[in-house]
Amino acid sequence: MPPVNQPLDAPPLAFLAEKAHRMRRHMLAMARRLGQGYIGQGLGIADALAALYFYELRYDPADPRWAGRDRFVLSTGHYSIALWATFAEAGIIPVDELASYGADDSRLEMSTLDTTPGVEMIGGSLGHGLGQAVGMALGLRLDGSPARVFCELSDGELQEGSTWEAAMSASHFGLDGLVALIDCNGIQADGTIVLKMEPVADKFRAFGWDTVEIDGNAMDQVVAALRGARPRNGKPKAIVLRTIPGKGVKTLETRERAHFVRVDPDEWDKLAAELETAHG
Amino acid sequence: MAERGRTLAMGEQEAVAGTAIEAPFGRALAALGRTRPEVVGVTADLGKYTDIHPFRDAFPDRYFNVGMAEQNLIAVGAGLAKTGKIAYCTTYGVFATRRAYDFIAIACAHSRAAVKIVAGLPGLTTGYGGTHQAIEDLALAAMIPGLTVIDPCDATEIMQATAAIADVDGPVYMRLQRAQVPVVLDAQRYRFAVGKAALLRDGADVAIVATGIMTPRAIEAAGALAAAGVSAAVLHMPTIKPFDRDAVASLAARTRAVVTAENHVMRGGLASLVAEALFDAGVARRLERIGIPDQFVECGSVPHLQKKYGLTTDAIVAAAKRSLGA
Repeated sequence: MPPVNQPLDAPPLAFLAEKAHRMRRHMLAMARRLGQGYIGQGLGIADALAALYFYELRYDPADPRWAGRDRFVLSTGHYSIALWATFAEAGIIPVDELASYGADDSRLEMSTLDTTPGVEMIGGSLGHGLGQAVGMALGLRLDGSPARVFCELSDGELQEGSTWEAAMSASHFGLDGLVALIDCNGIQADGTIVLKMEPVADKFRAFGWDTVEIDGNAMDQVVAALRGARPRNGKPKAIVLRTIPGKGVKTLETRERAHFVRVDPDEWDKLAAELETAHG
Repeated sequence: MAERGRTLAMGEQEAVAGTAIEAPFGRALAALGRTRPEVVGVTADLGKYTDIHPFRDAFPDRYFNVGMAEQNLIAVGAGLAKTGKIAYCTTYGVFATRRAYDFIAIACAHSRAAVKIVAGLPGLTTGYGGTHQAIEDLALAAMIPGLTVIDPCDATEIMQATAAIADVDGPVYMRLQRAQVPVVLDAQRYRFAVGKAALLRDGADVAIVATGIMTPRAIEAAGALAAAGVSAAVLHMPTIKPFDRDAVASLAARTRAVVTAENHVMRGGLASLVAEALFDAGVARRLERIGIPDQFVECGSVPHLQKKYGLTTDAIVAAAKRSLGA
């Protein structure tokens, strides 16, 4: 089976928006079953993941270990709810399996383990992703592989010093097949960003990265940024995604900013209805 | 007044008595690299001081220096491993275990990544004080599930182990001796095997169980004890994890007492593992421990520090005699 996605094709924006919507629908159902979950973060990153898995990444859903694949490294392992929804839509895991999210002995854990098909790295200990992505990019380049490495990390995670160790080395080694997607959703464990990280884009520029800053929930901007990150020009690429936690569900978009967004048990029907209304 | 010793410059070395090999790790890694194209080297600004330069010179494209950034050293190694490489990552033991511990645990051990951490300045092999002396690294490393831990005793073993750990499924932490490294084991006869103890000398009265640089001293001590009428066995434990408990218990069972000797604090390392093995096997023997006390150690000349803190042949001889009630 050939790898999915032909990155040179014109971007099918409506198709990608539909994929993101379906992923959000999966996520709401998963969180509802569990009564919780990282639904704010998951809904916020859905557009970027849809653009990656249904437009930019080259991979084989039937063979997630295909050696020629582009790597997607999810550094924030607790965003797993979004990754599982993406995998189900991509055909890497069965849609039915999403019902096991967070259940005991499920492989769709609350935080990612790399024993689950399609997962490149154990996420969750923040500050690990970018460095491992650098190593992957070095290894692929050594092999002469055209495959690229995409690494999601979060704004809170930028407070980990190891992220900047990795940022320095990516630039030093000229890893132009490495694309960092920095999900700036403005929240971390203790609430809204507790330590000032701005200006994020300027920091990456200062570290030698080709950097753009976009609305991470605007599909046209996400796709344009991914296309813009393709040139092999000797520099790593950073895409600063400004995202809204809970995106697509009005109540959650406007709820207080929290690591675990509050959802009352009787609210799920209303949230699901809001999602459908917003999608139109 | 007698001339006092002095702290040497970083990389400077005390004279080595007897046969020695220069940079055994780097030579062995370069040799391995010729037959194993997947072997890569990574260091964190300590290439020269961890003897990886022969590999760098032979394979400059497969060598990466990430600068003074030990978390990134291990993360990059793990990433390389995930593209099918075997990543030898070098730094000092203190920086690997104290600064990059979470990365060793999660990115390497939890992920079963082929990262081989080669760690310089184990225990009291440097005069640079507590910042540089890795005195508790074996305990820290051995606590991580699935991490193989090696403390080789001489140049012969370093060269054999460097190649052998490439075939360990998963990560390894190996202590390094660098520059001129003494040759104690006969390269023609000795065969290092991961997880296996080596009975270097048999004896009936006392079992000296040793690892790393203390093994050559244990051999010397056994010779001195023989001259004094004491029959001492020397069991060398190059692998701290997985630990060859059966070899320890079976030797102890046919001797009257046990002495452990390690270049490491006496808690969490060899002595603790030996005590655990004996207890579990129901072999009750008096145990005398040679190792670094539970404290940070100052700067100074290495022979002075080793003598002051008891990492000597004489200390092993005395401990053996004590263990027998002599």
